[in-house]
Amino acid sequence: MSKMDKYISPTVMAIPPSGIRKFFDLVTQTKGVISLGVGEPDFVTPWHIREACFYSLEQGYTMYTSNSGLPELREEIAIYEKKKIGVEYNPVDEILITVGVSEAVDIAMRVLLEPGDEVLVPEPCFVSYAPGADLAYGKAVPVPTYDEDEYRLRPDVLEKHITSKSKLLVLAYPSNPTGGVMTQEDLAALVDIIIKNDLIVISDEIYSELTYVGQHTSIASFPGMKDRTIVMNGFSKAFAMTGWRIGYACGHPDIIAAMTKIHQYTIMCAPIMGQMAAIEALRHGEAEMRKMVDDYNYRRKLILSGLREIGCSCFEPRGAFYCFPSIANSGMNSEDFCEKLLFEEQVAVVPGNAFGAKGEGFIRCCYAASISNIEEAIERMGRFITRHRKC
Amino acid sequence: MELKQKILQLMENDARLSPRTIAVMLDEEEAKIASIIQQMEADKVILGYNTVINWEKVDGDGAMAMIDVKVTPEREFGFSRVAERICRFPEVRCVYLMSGTYDLSVMVCGETMKDIADFISHKLSTLDNVQSTVTHFMLKRYKQDNLIFEDPQEDKRLVVSP
Repeated sequence: MSKMDKYISPTVMAIPPSGIRKFFDLVTQTKGVISLGVGEPDFVTPWHIREACFYSLEQGYTMYTSNSGLPELREEIAIYEKKKIGVEYNPVDEILITVGVSEAVDIAMRVLLEPGDEVLVPEPCFVSYAPGADLAYGKAVPVPTYDEDEYRLRPDVLEKHITSKSKLLVLAYPSNPTGGVMTQEDLAALVDIIIKNDLIVISDEIYSELTYVGQHTSIASFPGMKDRTIVMNGFSKAFAMTGWRIGYACGHPDIIAAMTKIHQYTIMCAPIMGQMAAIEALRHGEAEMRKMVDDYNYRRKLILSGLREIGCSCFEPRGAFYCFPSIANSGMNSEDFCEKLLFEEQVAVVPGNAFGAKGEGFIRCCYAASISNIEEAIERMGRFITRHRKC
Repeated sequence: MELKQKILQLMENDARLSPRTIAVMLDEEEAKIASIIQQMEADKVILGYNTVINWEKVDGDGAMAMIDVKVTPEREFGFSRVAERICRFPEVRCVYLMSGTYDLSVMVCGETMKDIADFISHKLSTLDNVQSTVTHFMLKRYKQDNLIFEDPQEDKRLVVSP
């Protein structure tokens, strides 16, 4: 077969394939694996939400919606966000329903970036932000966050990375992969810097409901920050609706209108059945969501205690459903550790460097797994670490 | 929620959770959890630990029936004395007092349908206060104690995802 590479845009060619993809192939070839490598809830979508979707299909809701999404859903989101983060959004022109937060991130970058504009991305972080910036002809600037700070973004470190080209800051807390959170005080320390440097913030709050210690705070809730923040959230994590692909962006009407412009030409609208299910989730899903959050919290404590018992140093993750322990005492790098752990003990965890260079020396362990699988995985990891301990 | 209730909720879903695991999950001392469980066993808050079995998958799935029983209540005792008496038969698995057109709902197990029929005609119907019975044989169990019998339950997620 002839090579077609030369036809592919150099921008796309330059984007490295996801480190997770490579590891995924390895895991699928191995038998008897206990996976702590998953990035989604282990619950299926609550039945009443699925049932609301069936009902909407029975009623004939199979058509396009407005580009912005169903008005009822945007109204529910306005009520929900007001209650959750204390910020009021007009459902008419300040909220856009997207195909997951991933789409919202993509179109926000395309709307805001000019070639050469810099996007400040605290690392380690979810895998999409840097490629998103590249595809919008911007430039991702990794801003390191540190284990000893529990991966909070430090104001002094942020300031050091700001240049005249800095335009966007991504804040994604609670964090995938670390489970770290930013408290109200942590965020307050960033506000002046953001305003002084005229930055726009993409606040990816997809894990915000999964905050186990204290309350989630959004950067948008600080004075002067609403207009320069695009709050993004969705239904995937809190309501166990990953496959439905329903997310949303809330922000200044000018930015939302510009995002809607791209959305209408590329997506048209998010699928109506998912939007109908999302309405049900917001109207009647809170009790079930709280139960799931309690359940994650139990398992968070279990895995953290287990990891520490087998000698992994790990700060207490206060959000999302990940632990991010250090593997320094194995003397291995993240990828070698994960490959050997997979081959020798059939446990899948994700190498920390898949989430940026600052993740090297760490692994991501997801505790959205059954209690028996967590306990078995910890036992196997304990054997592995004892065998390979270097210091 | 009170600690006791949290423990019960966890144990209702999985009776095999050890006091140590529960202690870690609830940020408590293992000894404290063990003693609360012991106390709840002594107080009969926790009555026992059963296993939910799909007998259809092994030999000898037996027969089961739900029986609607009409009872003449007794002065001072109401339905309780006859209900307690019915409970003592080893064939009887569950007894509930119901609202509606009958009084007691009795679940009975036997090796065959004939065993159950014999139990009803010789033991249950002949009790003094029992006016009548209507027997419904169970054909198939789909869900019991919050567990779906033929639920594939396998993890359908990708094994690794971002």
